[in-house]
Amino acid sequence: MIELTVNGKRHSVDVEAEMPLLWVLRDVLDVKGPKFGCGIAQCGACTVHLNGEPVRSCSVPVSAAADQKVLTIEGLAQRGQLHPVQKAWIDHEVPQCGYCQSGQIMAAVALLGKNRDPSDKDIDAAMTNICRCGTYARIRTAIHAAAKTLKSTKA
Amino acid sequence: MSSSFRPSRRDFLKVSTALGGGLALELTVPVRSLAAEAKAPELTAWIVVNPDNSVVIRVARSEMGQGSSTGLPMLVAEELECDWTKVRTEFVSTAEQVRRNRVWGSMATGGSRSIRDSQEYLRQAGAAARGMLIDAAAQRWKVPASECDAENGVITHTPSRRKLRFGQVAQGASKLEPPKEVKLKDPREWNLIGKPARRLDIPDKVRGKPLFGIDVQLPGMAYAAIAQCPVFRGRLVTVADERIKGLRGLIKVVRLEDAVAVVADNWWRANRMLKLLAIEWDVGANGGASTESIREFVRFGLEDSSVPVARNDGNVETGFAQAAKIVEAEYYVPFLNHAPTQNAESAHATAAAVAGVPLENVEVHLTQLGGGFGRRGFQDYTRQAVAIAKAVEGRPVKLLWSREEDMQHDYYRPMTLMRFKAALDSGGRLTAWRVRDASHSIMAGVRPQEIKEGIDRHALGGIVDMPYEVPNLRIEFAMRNSHVPVGFMRTVFHSQNPFMRESFVDELAHAAGKDPYEFRRAMLQGRPKDLGVLDAAAKSSGWGSPLPAGVHRGIAVQDSHGSYAAAVFEVSVSGAGELDIRRVVVAVDPGYVVNPDSAEAQVQSCVAYGLTSVLWGEITLKEGRVEQSNFHDYRIMRIAEMPRRIEAVLVPSGGFWGGLGETPLAPLAPALCNAIFAATGKRIRSLPLKNQGLRLA
Repeated sequence: MIELTVNGKRHSVDVEAEMPLLWVLRDVLDVKGPKFGCGIAQCGACTVHLNGEPVRSCSVPVSAAADQKVLTIEGLAQRGQLHPVQKAWIDHEVPQCGYCQSGQIMAAVALLGKNRDPSDKDIDAAMTNICRCGTYARIRTAIHAAAKTLKSTKA
Repeated sequence: MSSSFRPSRRDFLKVSTALGGGLALELTVPVRSLAAEAKAPELTAWIVVNPDNSVVIRVARSEMGQGSSTGLPMLVAEELECDWTKVRTEFVSTAEQVRRNRVWGSMATGGSRSIRDSQEYLRQAGAAARGMLIDAAAQRWKVPASECDAENGVITHTPSRRKLRFGQVAQGASKLEPPKEVKLKDPREWNLIGKPARRLDIPDKVRGKPLFGIDVQLPGMAYAAIAQCPVFRGRLVTVADERIKGLRGLIKVVRLEDAVAVVADNWWRANRMLKLLAIEWDVGANGGASTESIREFVRFGLEDSSVPVARNDGNVETGFAQAAKIVEAEYYVPFLNHAPTQNAESAHATAAAVAGVPLENVEVHLTQLGGGFGRRGFQDYTRQAVAIAKAVEGRPVKLLWSREEDMQHDYYRPMTLMRFKAALDSGGRLTAWRVRDASHSIMAGVRPQEIKEGIDRHALGGIVDMPYEVPNLRIEFAMRNSHVPVGFMRTVFHSQNPFMRESFVDELAHAAGKDPYEFRRAMLQGRPKDLGVLDAAAKSSGWGSPLPAGVHRGIAVQDSHGSYAAAVFEVSVSGAGELDIRRVVVAVDPGYVVNPDSAEAQVQSCVAYGLTSVLWGEITLKEGRVEQSNFHDYRIMRIAEMPRRIEAVLVPSGGFWGGLGETPLAPLAPALCNAIFAATGKRIRSLPLKNQGLRLA
């Protein structure tokens, strides 16, 4: 049995230690926000936070998440309030097909957690997730907008 | 808000299939009736008005990111005069569609047709429902309907100023006959169409809601991973499954004609066990094919002396004989992968055929597709999912392709070669042009009846119907189909033929000593729409104005999918071949723009998609099989590589309805390559650019 905490809730799962976290989330715990895109940590559609760090859950064995905290897109909203990054994503109409956006949002939240005022270069370096619809221009705008919101609420 | 698909135990599904996103299929009897479940009655098949004044507008086309699940209801709501803030949408049911004699028209998504093909009947449905609501109110008031008006979900009896909300009269209205004839609004009276609207599907998408085919979860669900014969058209001989017998989670190994599937209690386990199988394939006659051998096979079409002629205006030979200057060139584009279903009715029919059940017993649930880009109109994965589910009795099966399977079993954008010969007179005017197109044909696979006398006019898109006035024009077509399956990829032949045509036109302009914009203008005098977007792109980009040292422009124009587009690129290229794309201007005329915000998003999307292909896109073959397998060797543009300045110039001229999801892509490749020529003097005649010594700065 492997114990892990997902979005604040403890689970114990009876799976192989090497099963990627993504498939434990999706097929065992029915947490469908993280998406399967490539399986080799290239595209980032499966991005979740492990103890606050963004990871590509398709390539992290569940054993590495044992007794640790996993946060997925489903756990971002607090008391029914969307995270400022999610709000910015709505305000700037970022998603098109939407398939990669859970991963994009989780990567952006992680970036803003470390860097409250990222430059375009910082965004380029941190946001390596693939979006085949090409929503990149709006992702950039939304990250800058969310950074402003976070600054004004924390100031 | 778009309703997400979470089937209950009651709505038990037998099969679901997903490829990145996907459709969900249901094979069961009986299928619940949409109408029976609706709490409020229908006003036409498209509209349900609830007692609380909220409105459900049904959507029959798939959403794959283009925004049509917002744009289509906008068309209905425009005429219905309901309160747009109280609209939610639901996808229609394919079983109901069968039962109700295709009441919702086509359910296919593709060819940028969602809006343009259905706008008229959707607006009519809205207008008819408005008429029924007004009639119901007038009957209650015992006044003539002509004295009543509807606005924002409220009906007013103008003389007495009495008011009724839509929800108060919907029940009565549903019992009335829809009016036989309706009058649609003049475009000048539109309140919703043409103004930016928030997309209805976005809030769920930022919450990570389970909207996609891959997210469908059912009690007792089993998961299938599949390996298909690595060489197209090959067959399965044997599979040895001793190594996986007794392994955790195994449910069944299913042998198909050209594939093997492992079904397990978890997709990861299924996929891992799949890799432990010893599979013997009969690769057939194509086991030795390579990119080079296929390219030579296609190139033979350039040499063949007996190919059909698709167009023959004037006499090119006379034109060549009288020329002051002759220009010749050969162009090439490789196979491309889509890298993400677009046709629910086709999936429905396929499922019924494979399952061996009547059409009435099949349901295809439309989910959010994820990306489609043309790949998912094909039903290969539907066939597989149904065949696998049939072999696994008694539980629902979810089939998911790995990225590797997708990369190596796509319907690829066709490899094409073109050879041009053209004549310029002493005034630098284009007087004769011969085109020889040697290409794979998509139609040969999907609609062979459209190929007449060896000519696939679809493959000649942008060539046989080129907008330019050329007195002597001859277009020859050599169909060259290798064993590699080809299919529709975003913008289809208009994503590749304009690269060749518009690059060559640029060559001609330079050979004639003329400005490439003015050279095109002179040949477009009879084509006001093409000229309109060309002028708009030139004007918005400041064509002809001075640029910083080392920065150069390129221009191109191309109509496609019922709309018109032109692009201008500004680039600089270092001596080491580092390409800096400094600005992209795309002018588009789709006739009418329904949602300008979605239109701008589609332009940005086309830039990312188009540049990915131009810069890096190339599927190669060795020993009959595709060499690329995933995103590490099939590169997709990321945020750092996306040009910062992309300007969408929307110039809707009215009077026609064109598409928007594909047209903006058409002029991008040639405009970029023409800018590279302006910067370097190097003419790009073969893609991708990574093979031409160029990389992004």
